[in-house]
Amino acid sequence: MIDQSIIALLLLVNLRMFATSRVDSLVRCVAAQAFLLVCLAVVTHEGSLSWEAWTFLSVTGLVKCAALPALMTRALRSAGIRREVEPLVGYRVSLFIGLAATGFSVWAAEKLPMPAGAADPLVVAVALISMITGIFLIVARRKAISQAIGYLAMENGIYVLAPALAVHGPLIVETGVLLDVFVGVFIMGVIILHIRQEFRHIDIDRLSELKD
Amino acid sequence: MMLRILFLAPFAAGLASLGISSPRVRRRLITIVSFFHLACTLIVWRTGFEPSAGRWIGLDALSMLFLLITSVLFASSSFATVAYLRGHELPVESRGRFSREAVFTCAMLFFLGTTTLAILSLHTGVFWMAIEATTLASAPLISYQRSSRSLEATWKYLLICSVGIAIALVGNTALAVSVAFDPATYGLPMTFRDLAERAVSLNPVWLKVAFALILVGYGTKMGLAPMHTWLPDAHSEAPSPVSALLSGALLNCAFLGILRTNAILVRAGIGGYSNGLLAAFGALSMLLAGWFVLRQADFKRLLAYSSIEHMGILAIAAGAGASFGGLLHALNHSLTKGALFLLAGTILGAYHTKSTRAVSGLIRISPATGLLWIAGFLAICGVPPFGTFVSEFSVMAVLGRGGRWWLLAAFLSALGIVFVGMWRIVIPMAFGRPSDPAVCVPRSRPIEAADVPPLALCCMVLLFGIWLPSPIARLIEHASAIAGGL
Amino acid sequence: MIADTFAALGGVALALVLSPFLRTIIDRTKARMAGRQGPPVLQPYWSLARLLRKGAVYSSTTTWIFRAGPVVTLATILGALCLVPFGGRPALLHFEGDVLLMAYLLGLGRFFTILAALDTGSSFEGMGANREAFFSALGEPALLLGVAGLGAITGSVSLSGIYGRIGTSAFLGAHMPAMIFILATFVIVYLTENARIPVDDPTTHLELTMIHEVMVLDHCGTDLAFIEYAGALKLWVLGLLITGLVFPVHTGSALLDACVTLACMFVLQIGVGLVESLVARLKMGRTPLLLGIAFVMSALWVMWVVR
Repeated sequence: MIDQSIIALLLLVNLRMFATSRVDSLVRCVAAQAFLLVCLAVVTHEGSLSWEAWTFLSVTGLVKCAALPALMTRALRSAGIRREVEPLVGYRVSLFIGLAATGFSVWAAEKLPMPAGAADPLVVAVALISMITGIFLIVARRKAISQAIGYLAMENGIYVLAPALAVHGPLIVETGVLLDVFVGVFIMGVIILHIRQEFRHIDIDRLSELKD
Repeated sequence: MMLRILFLAPFAAGLASLGISSPRVRRRLITIVSFFHLACTLIVWRTGFEPSAGRWIGLDALSMLFLLITSVLFASSSFATVAYLRGHELPVESRGRFSREAVFTCAMLFFLGTTTLAILSLHTGVFWMAIEATTLASAPLISYQRSSRSLEATWKYLLICSVGIAIALVGNTALAVSVAFDPATYGLPMTFRDLAERAVSLNPVWLKVAFALILVGYGTKMGLAPMHTWLPDAHSEAPSPVSALLSGALLNCAFLGILRTNAILVRAGIGGYSNGLLAAFGALSMLLAGWFVLRQADFKRLLAYSSIEHMGILAIAAGAGASFGGLLHALNHSLTKGALFLLAGTILGAYHTKSTRAVSGLIRISPATGLLWIAGFLAICGVPPFGTFVSEFSVMAVLGRGGRWWLLAAFLSALGIVFVGMWRIVIPMAFGRPSDPAVCVPRSRPIEAADVPPLALCCMVLLFGIWLPSPIARLIEHASAIAGGL
Repeated sequence: MIADTFAALGGVALALVLSPFLRTIIDRTKARMAGRQGPPVLQPYWSLARLLRKGAVYSSTTTWIFRAGPVVTLATILGALCLVPFGGRPALLHFEGDVLLMAYLLGLGRFFTILAALDTGSSFEGMGANREAFFSALGEPALLLGVAGLGAITGSVSLSGIYGRIGTSAFLGAHMPAMIFILATFVIVYLTENARIPVDDPTTHLELTMIHEVMVLDHCGTDLAFIEYAGALKLWVLGLLITGLVFPVHTGSALLDACVTLACMFVLQIGVGLVESLVARLKMGRTPLLLGIAFVMSALWVMWVVR
């Protein structure tokens, strides 16, 4: 029942990311998404967690719910970015694309053969939805920062996909992946600041000097 | 032990470079580390290699080959990097520790370290981690000039590649799931080698899902069409020595991941699926690159599209089972493309433009550069005395013997289009009337220090066309056995 | 059987008597939130009585449709009242598929309201009719999809069957998220259908922003009384769909169930009053997004129910 409520909340957060018009709410959503996904990983874990797993989960939680959103908010403030996300696809259409993505994810999760020990297919589905949300934000929103948020949302989804499918990588690899994501988003933030200084805007569709 | 030194030394040097305040010492560090890396690589090659099963970091023939390519390229481009940094002095106030140049040096050394780690890693997770780290390490290299164009290129590179590699991570997860169905493979360490050995008992549905995701993911990084869009921008806007490394070393690394995964599928008996996908992506890349080469007006972008075309050749070779030709081609292409990008840097320094129309009469202004430029393009088009001809021909021979006529037709027509497109541009560049002497002063000396590394690389390619030294031939044979899943 | 019928008749009678009172609750809540005293408790009844005593004036451009509008509206809502179960007991009329009958009775009522508005030939009323048709076209699928979800959970396509079988177990079991989503949908549809904030503002008198109220501007006297009364009944009928979900406990005693349902209904109206006091009305352009959200949420039950 707890896991089902977390899944439901995650669905709502993801759909909100499809429909929201504000960059700051997008940042809050991605933090909430990460928090819920960490909770889901804890709840769906079979048996008791070892202390390494606890440490890793809490570090992940800190990085993904606190550090990275704080970084984004800082980039948002210091670059003086306007709050509207400036969609390429309208909010209503986005919302229904979100619904279609939800349907597809559930279908795919039900269709694929699940290994023994895998979690509820809905957990897999919700991981897929989070990934699709991220990809959608990257494709359909104009601002560089919303693309960075999309990348983060995608990573969040991937992060929960592995435990949902009963895949447990070695701790050092997982830590490396987390480090990569952290550094990646950090560099993205730095580049956004540089772009802002150079162009006075961060609209991606106006980054169009280079083309054939 | 030696392997650890290979990738840890650049990391340590990179960290150290942040603490050095003198630009001269810092620049020298790049050269020293690159040659140290090359020396270590050669020692490792001599002492032999055989990774034990279950190891995460190890060296087999395949990684040895790619390590060799990377190391040679880093060593030969290190002079150009130093020259580039010297030629683009920053204002005094931004020269100290943690200055832009220090970050560049650090990122360059980290790039060497992560590339080496990617090549040496036999574990799917470690490989992923290293590949993503190469993206992160090379992003500051591309944005070094901080111009609007280079920032745009960096953003595209960072975002598209990160997303692509994230997709590959999903592929890794799928690969790990495919293990969990059979008790014989349950809990198998996720190394490429172990997976290939037990491939038959893996779940084929998940293997297919995994391969498609990994191909799209690492294919983005490798520059396969239609995920190639970052590549021309990044290659044209990065400093030329960096472009040489991106094209010659980085793209290969991503290809390595695809090759190793393909080997697993071949061993599992569903090689038809993965080979088909590889060939399709390869043919698309070649044809698309041909189209863009035809209408190109920027010589660094021209080289970038040529890289896409050659990545297409590698993919087709892997898909057609022509592993030997493909790996030989990877070697030849990297050396040639490295030489060409270094030359492009020299030309850019002399003419201050990347436009193909503004550059002409190269051979009068700087004979050595001009001649090498022509030689490089002959090589990249696969003209006979060069090694690229041998490798391309052996791929075509396999295609013909296999009766894959459609693929062969696409292959040949793409090569033809690229040939025409390139020479339409290169001949005026080399032989046209010299540009305004006020813009561009003819060189007094026939050959400059900057021409030596490209000359060496071109000579190697020429050598491989005439006579393939037996250690290299043996290395490639072993490597192709691994890549072919034998 | 006869006891059930009597209980259902009692429910209908309660609705007929008490539904105008719901308006009082909403108005009083809003007044209290604004620091005012609020209207007298029986104000809606006095208003109805006053209107019923007056005659009607008809424009010479209108036809019989304009006169039929209020009557049909009241008739359809009375029909719907007979189909909706009260307090978990079977409704006066119930058969498999009565869900659709209820939805389309409401639709028919709306259709005639819209036609009557168009019949006046006034451009403002036409505008209101346009918006009403648009928003209800968005709200109706959400309502139907939500009811279909309840049907799938309980295995029945009759309102009485659905609400009779929903118990606390439906909320605490695996279907809990689905139930919550459906409930949220119903709340949004409730506010939309009854022309409340954040979709429509019943107290506004600027024709440009009115939706429901502008359509009934030309009615007066008895006709207006019918419309007002029908509106009050609609609050009740759709409110029953929500109270049945919020408090699905069946105590066994009809009287107790009825009291609980009544209490729920009053609390619901207080909630509506609170929403009206605290939430600003949405920009007209954002309203479809709200209804889109309602639709999306009503569709999400599929995830938990259809496997």
